Amino acid sequence: MNGSINVMRRELTGYFATPVAYVFLVIFLVMTGIFTFYLGNFYERGFADLDPFFRFHPWLYLFLVPAISMRLWAEERRSGTIELLFTLPLTTIEAVLGKFLAAWLFIGLALVLTLPMWVTVNYLGAPDNGVILAAYLGSWLMAGGFLAIGSCMSALTRNQVVAFILSVVVCFLFLLSGLPMVMNLFKGWAPQVILDGIASLSFFKHFLDISKGVIDLRDLVYFSLVIGFWLLANVLVLEIKKAE
Amino acid sequence: MIEVKSLCKRYGNILAVDDLSFSVDAGQVLGFLGPNGAGKSTTMKMLTGFLTPTSGSASINGIDTVENSVEARRHIGYLPEGAPSYGELSVHQFLTFVARARMIKKDGLEDAISRAVEKLNLTEVLHQPIETLSKGFKRRVGLAQAIIHDPQILILDEPTDGLDPNQKREVRHLIRDMAKDKIIIISTHILEEVEAVCNRVMIISQGRLLADDTPHGLVESSRYNNAVSMVVESAEKAASVLSELPQVARAELSEGELTLFPTGQPGLFEAVTSAITENDWQVSALRLEAGRLDDVFHSITQEETSV
Repeated sequence: MNGSINVMRRELTGYFATPVAYVFLVIFLVMTGIFTFYLGNFYERGFADLDPFFRFHPWLYLFLVPAISMRLWAEERRSGTIELLFTLPLTTIEAVLGKFLAAWLFIGLALVLTLPMWVTVNYLGAPDNGVILAAYLGSWLMAGGFLAIGSCMSALTRNQVVAFILSVVVCFLFLLSGLPMVMNLFKGWAPQVILDGIASLSFFKHFLDISKGVIDLRDLVYFSLVIGFWLLANVLVLEIKKAE
Repeated sequence: MIEVKSLCKRYGNILAVDDLSFSVDAGQVLGFLGPNGAGKSTTMKMLTGFLTPTSGSASINGIDTVENSVEARRHIGYLPEGAPSYGELSVHQFLTFVARARMIKKDGLEDAISRAVEKLNLTEVLHQPIETLSKGFKRRVGLAQAIIHDPQILILDEPTDGLDPNQKREVRHLIRDMAKDKIIIISTHILEEVEAVCNRVMIISQGRLLADDTPHGLVESSRYNNAVSMVVESAEKAASVLSELPQVARAELSEGELTLFPTGQPGLFEAVTSAITENDWQVSALRLEAGRLDDVFHSITQEETSV
């Protein structure tokens, strides 16, 4: 565990030593603002809630999370530091966890910086703050899911652009797996069990459930499983093709 | 102590390391010598637990590098080829990360860092981002992280590559200083480096061990060992006269220098000097050869490839 924390600290130091962190934070905040106020009609709706804010998070994450995760392992491969990292007395699991946690905390920080939004809505009316808190939690969990996918994709290549594109595609599939455009591919030939299975993989559905304010154990388990699965895949990818 | 038993590494059809066995004891500075692509780096990567051998085994102080990889790595300090480091971090941040990963206790952390920094003269760049440093500094940062936990075993892949002659001397000095009770393995293709720091040399080519000796022993096996080289006017005439001597096996003339190879009979140098005075030749250089490492290296590795 100490190993993970050390790796996490190093990663976070690295984020803030380069413009990456600041560029990401600024873009994230600007984009959430644009989505909430223009596309989400925050004022015009006349409701005191943050639904227009959270509604666009899945789409925002689809591109911004792979932008964070693409460098996680691809950069280690390109610069050769992967050899340094894996000759230190660390297990692969510790390294994967450390990197994941750093990026996840960083996205958590980006979410915390949107608190003015929450202050605004409380100033304008009397929202259900329990629902907002749940939605924040759901959003962060969903970001974790995207991130775990992105981290695994990043381990597959030494090229950050390839890592980015792979991540966006896989995240997109996970995001949309409950929607008609994916379901129609399977309808008609796949049995209902599989259809239900695919539908239940959707990030969207689970995120919407949580952001309604209902923190169901199933949704929490779902995101934990998604994160766990992809991080495990990440470890395996590294173990198999560490030196390539 | 390092023990390697019939270590092999295969990449597809290429056998990068082919049945390598050796052991290294404390106090030895072992040089891996070989042409590029000989399998030196691959061997080091297997010793440090980065690569898993295709077959065979390696153990560090009795700990198997595959079965108990993390434990084995604790005993090793490693400089990977090209001295990679996290460029966005400052030297101090980077060394702190490595020191923590090496499980140096909190109260000993700063001491360990400043010791390594002092040894490698990094004080002036301590708070600069590593990516802004020159190649020489980067290499020294890599060496600093390798020695930060005072490991019993040091594995250095081309430690002086990219350094200027003064820095090379400093690093060699450092290696010699640390050599006393440690095991140090360096890889290099610089022959003079082997003679300067190593007390044991292994010549590796195409993944196979071709020679394992002291630098002195290797030099002695050179055909130049005890030969006499001279620069003389009318060298061809001198060559024909001198090759009549019973101590001279062969006379070779190249680039204006005449080299006389010994038959094994003693007194070659004396015989040559008396011949010079007898014939009143004009000699501008005359020396007794100790043997040439590059010649040994060349003949061993070339024989191999021509087979």
